[in-house]
Amino acid sequence: MSASPAPQVQSLTCPNCGAPLTVRSMGRAVTIVCDRCHSILDAKDPQLKILQRFEAATGDEAPLIPLGSRGKWRGAVYETIGFQVRAMEVEGLTYSWREYLLFSPYKGFRYFTEYNGHWNDASVTTALPEVQGLSAKYLGKKYKHFQTCTAKTTFVLGEFPWQVTVNDAVEVTDYIAPPYVLSSETADNETTWTLGEYVHGSEIWKAFGLAGLAPTPIGVYENQPSELRASASQIWFAFAGLATAIFVIFTLSQLFSQREQVFQESYRFSPSGTEASFVTPEFELTGRTSSVAVRTDADVSNQWIYLNYALIDEDTGQAYDFGREVTYYSGVDSDGNWQEGSRHDRAILQSIPPGRYYLRIEPESDASFGLIGYTVTVTRDVPVLGIYLVALAALLLPALLISWRTYNFEQMRWAESDHPMRSVGGGE
Amino acid sequence: MSQPAALCPSCGGPIVFHWSSSVQTTCAHCKSILVRTDVNLERVGVVADLPPDSSPIQLGTTGVYENRAFTVAGRIVYDYDEGSWNEWHIVLNTAGSAVGSDWLSDAQSQYAVTLAFRADPLPALAAVHLGDRFTWNKTVFEVTAITDARYRGVEGELPFEYWDKQGATFADLRSTAGDFATLDYSDTQPVLYVGKMVDFDALQLKNLRAFEGWS
Repeated sequence: MSASPAPQVQSLTCPNCGAPLTVRSMGRAVTIVCDRCHSILDAKDPQLKILQRFEAATGDEAPLIPLGSRGKWRGAVYETIGFQVRAMEVEGLTYSWREYLLFSPYKGFRYFTEYNGHWNDASVTTALPEVQGLSAKYLGKKYKHFQTCTAKTTFVLGEFPWQVTVNDAVEVTDYIAPPYVLSSETADNETTWTLGEYVHGSEIWKAFGLAGLAPTPIGVYENQPSELRASASQIWFAFAGLATAIFVIFTLSQLFSQREQVFQESYRFSPSGTEASFVTPEFELTGRTSSVAVRTDADVSNQWIYLNYALIDEDTGQAYDFGREVTYYSGVDSDGNWQEGSRHDRAILQSIPPGRYYLRIEPESDASFGLIGYTVTVTRDVPVLGIYLVALAALLLPALLISWRTYNFEQMRWAESDHPMRSVGGGE
Repeated sequence: MSQPAALCPSCGGPIVFHWSSSVQTTCAHCKSILVRTDVNLERVGVVADLPPDSSPIQLGTTGVYENRAFTVAGRIVYDYDEGSWNEWHIVLNTAGSAVGSDWLSDAQSQYAVTLAFRADPLPALAAVHLGDRFTWNKTVFEVTAITDARYRGVEGELPFEYWDKQGATFADLRSTAGDFATLDYSDTQPVLYVGKMVDFDALQLKNLRAFEGWS
């Protein structure tokens, strides 16, 4: 067999303006657009019949990736051969996006699409997706319906392996599973499916050696993966694990707390008296270092009593000072009965070593009050809830923060779709 | 594999059948279409030169389909409204279809391998519409394209005689798992081919055409 000559580019001229044309996809071009006058030509016709003359009024669009650029992409060299701008209308507003057709003589065609600096790398699907209501299944993966619209071609440049003219309209439906987007294009009863993957412009700029920087993306795109998304589920997973651990430790401490009452005594305090400070008899804290609860039950009624406490280690003299106030007010007003405060108070001291202790107590109150009776109870090794709650809150905070940011991201994504999310705490 | 050899009755050039059951070949020198009649080769017609095309596959290209090695022995080029595509006739070293009618199609670089598949009865063309579903080989296929095509040219060896055919209608079908099937309505009886869409890299093609400026 004789080796057929391998045409790299063919030189032809535009029948409309005479400018030289470049054909890059060899025998595969069906449509060629003249670089200079933008006439759309039928590449299958040896005479290059003009399919459509370009309406200059619609303006010129410069592709960000110049036609003829080559780059290594996903393991093969590709060349950009075609460029088209398509637009859709939603509520009177026109949204335009750009599509770059890439060609490799071995691997065929793929597309880069760009909208507001967001890029997708798209190829025609090999298997047939299944539409099920508002979702589509493709090779075992589920995609959610995002949007259906009519896309119109508004500008073309370069060459295409299919017939394309300005004002061609197709119905486009996008289903998403970030970072993927599954799109169907339907025209004349025939549907073409493509699968796109979100890519960063910088990746394309690097692969194709483009000058400058890729444009900065604006907003959130339909299949843009959230940078936080993975960490949101991860942090909730971690939260669940740590919260369980906290719960287990808390339960164990509840079970093993001895709640041993070591001292109880009732006193009467006369606010009008002079020296009020006194010390209690000694009591013993046995066993391990543990928490100690000092409970005050005061017989106050529309009164207050303030108690300066010190728990003192008889042997070392180490004192744990703390002050507690017990107030209780009640009465009747136009709303009925009311009450404020409580007759009971509990103070918890952490990590008190065993030993012989006594309390020094110095009560204070308003001199106008009469005698106030109160009881002091000391219990060792009581379960403590507070620290567990603090730990839980410390864990919850970052989890909530990341979830909130993820939620905001998803809301921005879906705001552009046919199914916007309802905002939290207020409808539209 | 024996390779029957003969001389072209038109130009006297040597003809080698790469595949012993080939019925037809095209003379590489004068482009005559030759049909094997066991001893003599009958000259049937002359094909127009194949159009310049960009398929990376060529006669003699080898590859692998589902762990079976194959060699490309011939091709048919079809034209349709939106361009053209190649049906490369492949010869599998094991477990090809009974009639040896096995194909690697290259339609705008979308590759599919299909093997002739016996199934009865096959639907008539008039009974096939876009979106219709058929089950063959325990696989549900959906009609995704119905294409009217014209023969553009042939090259190499083919498992059947084609020259009296003018146009043909094909129905392409796909499954949700990447299976591919074609109903060929170019003959009086429809013929079914069943196979898979295949990735270029998965075919492990060797002896590909070299493109100037591309490596």
